Amino acid sequence: MDLPDALNQWFDTRGWVPHPHQRAMVAQARAPALLLIAPTGGGKTLAGFLPTLAELLAQPHSGLHTLYISPLKALAADIKRNLRRPIEDLGLQIRIEDRTGDTPQSRRKAQRKDPPHILLTTPESLALLISYEDAPRIFAGLRRVVIDEIHALAESKRGDQLMLALSHVQRLAPNMRRVGLSATVDDPAAIGAYLAPHPDRCKILEADPGPTPDIAMLEVAQEPPWAGGGGRYAIQSVLKEIERHRTTLIFHNTRAQAELFFHDLWLANQNDLPIGIHHGALSKDARHRVETAMVNGELRAVVCTGSLDLGIDWGDVDLVLQIGAPKNVKRLVQRIGRANHNYNTPSKARLVPANRFEILECHAALEAVHENTLDGEPRGPGPRDVLCQHILLLACAGPIVPDDLYAQVKRCGAYRDLTRAAFEACLEFIATGGYALRAYDRWQRLKKRPDGAWVLRDPRTAQRIRMNIGTILSAETLKVKWRGRGGAALGEIEEAFAATLTPGDTFLMAGHVVRYERLNEMTIEVSRNTHKTPKIAGYYGHKFSTSFQLSERILDIMAREDWSTLPSSIVDWLTVQKQVSQLPRPGRLLVESFPRETREHLVVYGFAGINAQQTLGLLLTQRMEAANLGPMGFVANDYATLIWGLDPVEDAALLFDRQGIQQSLETWLDGNQVMKRTFRGAALIAGLIERNIPGLRKSGRQATFSSDILFDTLRRYDPDHLMLQITREEAMRGLVDFGRIAKMLDRIDGQIDTIRLSSVTPLAAPLFLEPGRIPVKGLGEQRLLAEEASRLMQEAGLAPIT
Amino acid sequence: MRSTSEGFAFEFGGERLTALPSGALWWHGRNLLAVSDLHLGKSDRMARLGGPLLPPYEIEDTLSRLDADIARSQARIIICLGDSFDDMASIEAMEISHQIWLARLQAGRQWIWIAGNHDPTPIELSGTHVETFYEPPLVFRHMATLGNKTSGEVSGHYHPKAQVTLQGRNLTRPCFLYDTQRLILPAFGTYTGGLRTQSAPLQALMSQDARAILTGTPMVTIPMPGTA
Repeated sequence: MDLPDALNQWFDTRGWVPHPHQRAMVAQARAPALLLIAPTGGGKTLAGFLPTLAELLAQPHSGLHTLYISPLKALAADIKRNLRRPIEDLGLQIRIEDRTGDTPQSRRKAQRKDPPHILLTTPESLALLISYEDAPRIFAGLRRVVIDEIHALAESKRGDQLMLALSHVQRLAPNMRRVGLSATVDDPAAIGAYLAPHPDRCKILEADPGPTPDIAMLEVAQEPPWAGGGGRYAIQSVLKEIERHRTTLIFHNTRAQAELFFHDLWLANQNDLPIGIHHGALSKDARHRVETAMVNGELRAVVCTGSLDLGIDWGDVDLVLQIGAPKNVKRLVQRIGRANHNYNTPSKARLVPANRFEILECHAALEAVHENTLDGEPRGPGPRDVLCQHILLLACAGPIVPDDLYAQVKRCGAYRDLTRAAFEACLEFIATGGYALRAYDRWQRLKKRPDGAWVLRDPRTAQRIRMNIGTILSAETLKVKWRGRGGAALGEIEEAFAATLTPGDTFLMAGHVVRYERLNEMTIEVSRNTHKTPKIAGYYGHKFSTSFQLSERILDIMAREDWSTLPSSIVDWLTVQKQVSQLPRPGRLLVESFPRETREHLVVYGFAGINAQQTLGLLLTQRMEAANLGPMGFVANDYATLIWGLDPVEDAALLFDRQGIQQSLETWLDGNQVMKRTFRGAALIAGLIERNIPGLRKSGRQATFSSDILFDTLRRYDPDHLMLQITREEAMRGLVDFGRIAKMLDRIDGQIDTIRLSSVTPLAAPLFLEPGRIPVKGLGEQRLLAEEASRLMQEAGLAPIT
Repeated sequence: MRSTSEGFAFEFGGERLTALPSGALWWHGRNLLAVSDLHLGKSDRMARLGGPLLPPYEIEDTLSRLDADIARSQARIIICLGDSFDDMASIEAMEISHQIWLARLQAGRQWIWIAGNHDPTPIELSGTHVETFYEPPLVFRHMATLGNKTSGEVSGHYHPKAQVTLQGRNLTRPCFLYDTQRLILPAFGTYTGGLRTQSAPLQALMSQDARAILTGTPMVTIPMPGTA
């Protein structure tokens, strides 16, 4: 198919020329699965919709024609606005509507009764849609599904849920064609295999990537500090850059760092440049205000986090600053693309390392961008907690025939290797709980009919099940608003952080220093206060690990003879390290052991990313405890783990045998907080526990109990239960990230260099300044608690414990 | 006051009592053991209502811990301070083996079931069923009474839990709360959550000098968090 004349004329009247890849999309419109890879600003979304417009121009259609899925609610609303233009200009009778969590109930009902031609939605809303009995009617005439930002979805459980839902929709609409729109990725074929029904092939279109980005380190007069994050040493240089450019986006890796940076930036902002802040914990209103101001060109800079990674062009951005090491080349490239307002001019980006080690990481990232090698880490098989939720949702829509469902699930690339037994375990879990003790004969969730199909025991529970949909996990949060009647909402903070606040404490929120006044019905009321040093709100959320590729590149840079591209301070640092000890080398593991003050120290340079280095700290201290070496605590960053304790480790190799580490992991499953958090996530997704729905929360919270209790109970009475299996599977990635440790052990293959030294080395020194020191649990914590209790009693003037 | 591995001894209503790590209260002077909010049958009730199918081991776990406390203390009087069952239907749904287990614990002891809001009407099981149990100078009931007229009152219902910040980390544990007038026990049942001591109902009940005794190991006492 060619671009229809009407559309050609429409491009003409706007003075536009369609990009070659936009034409190609129309030409390839018949492909059952088609993936477009194009940089930001390349008219990707329009390219995805052109075939729909062409088809609807050629032939009217009744009912749903195209389903558009995006990871962001805001994107759906925005695209509705943008698509209206060609539709209205061409006088097409096309109904286009969005359906997200924000869509009113009445509107959603009407959409089910009479679906629009184009429905814009999110993975969660689609999952909800297929859980209704009338799903077959809604999707019967569907021709196309367009998945925007598919590279972002492909990395998450949201994407797994989406592909499971689509394989169900495909059954309802066998002629549905799939289109994926992606930013630049390392392995297009992998995204293709993810998009197409397994084992079908996916057609891949790659657009011209545009000019090479102009990317470098930001010149800052001052050296970055030895440790820590946030990049506040560079505030003055950043302000200068803001003044030199039209609009600057300043990316941070965490919300807390964004708040801190914004606060200091504002204090240093002598010329009163209009600068805003944008992150996921701010209120919707606050975010909208910033977005609108940006689109209108009213802001000179926005301090932001991943909340602006995706989405439409937020105004006239001509500079992107990345504060702190980018951790991941792929994400860096996408962030750079934010400064790509004009397709044909190079994006401009500058990196600001937050500490000395990050200088190395930034250099490694620059090399990777110049060589155009992105880091891809295969995600592994589809997670079964998501499958459990999928089964439960389908049961809401109608009877489940296990043979059919199994075949359908295996059509998803991520689940292609799912065994029948692993599938049955999920079905069994949903139906009966899957416990060794058969307890719920009377109250099974699903009942087996004589014909072998499974149905909900009590159809009234469907409503309750639908309320627990989704795979996005968030900590329980409390809303924050200004004190007084009708005080505006500022955003939210985590309950765990809120619990540490007492009236009078101050913290940073939306760029203000606010004073905690009182808690009023699950809302925190605050007032303005600029006098006290604020506490820092901690936020849940994935701590990104430095990717495998970047870690390898850093090792590679260290191993080089030629360091001429590095700043001289770094060269000095590495040179001294080489003289007094060794530099970490690819294929080997460097371990340093030395006394400092009254303690023995052990530094393990695993370069496995912060999550895995932290897990390594937990595992090694446990092994050291067993070997009577008296470990007292540890701290980790993306490159190394520092352990302190009573006795020196003479030969670290003894701590690293593969089997021993694996066993430690098993024992460690017992009582670890990270593991419990992992369990909680899986339990929420699989439906073992229900979400706290805002507004339905009881005032007395004693009715709900923590998932930790369930974890402990299962460990004790049913150690092989599916939920614990899933927890162990999850432990290979995410917060525990044992997979990276395994990969590191494979890579070094027993080549461990233990260097015994008399004092701290240059490479180890920054670790002593690293925050987040973790005391070894057990006796240590018990002693701390006793000390804290007697301190509190004394402070309160109460009798000390005798 | 002292802290031992056996529990935490303190004085209340002129009597010497021991808070046990499990959350039970031991009154040595009367050979009396009190526990609150067992919520037996919670998982069965959740399933019946179409909710999640929780691990069905909660009765076994709660009874094992109660069994251990009774065996160690050799108590002659056992008081269950209400909400012993998650609802009335949970009593009928209890498995035979658990019924026998409970009967064995009851044998040769005075067993007092106090009515709770989850299990208000007199129940089928053997034992004494009352709203309030008087063992002067103490009085046992499910819910604490507001105001300053009461004294020596021991109750449950609220599932109090206290939070301490240890070098930046939060530690939360179920706790006993007491002041000069009343003592509130933590929930003993395995599937029970907690209500923070900062919450309005607990702040309204307890006086400014109230203390919290944390369950678990080690047992410590702190000023009740939330009192200024």
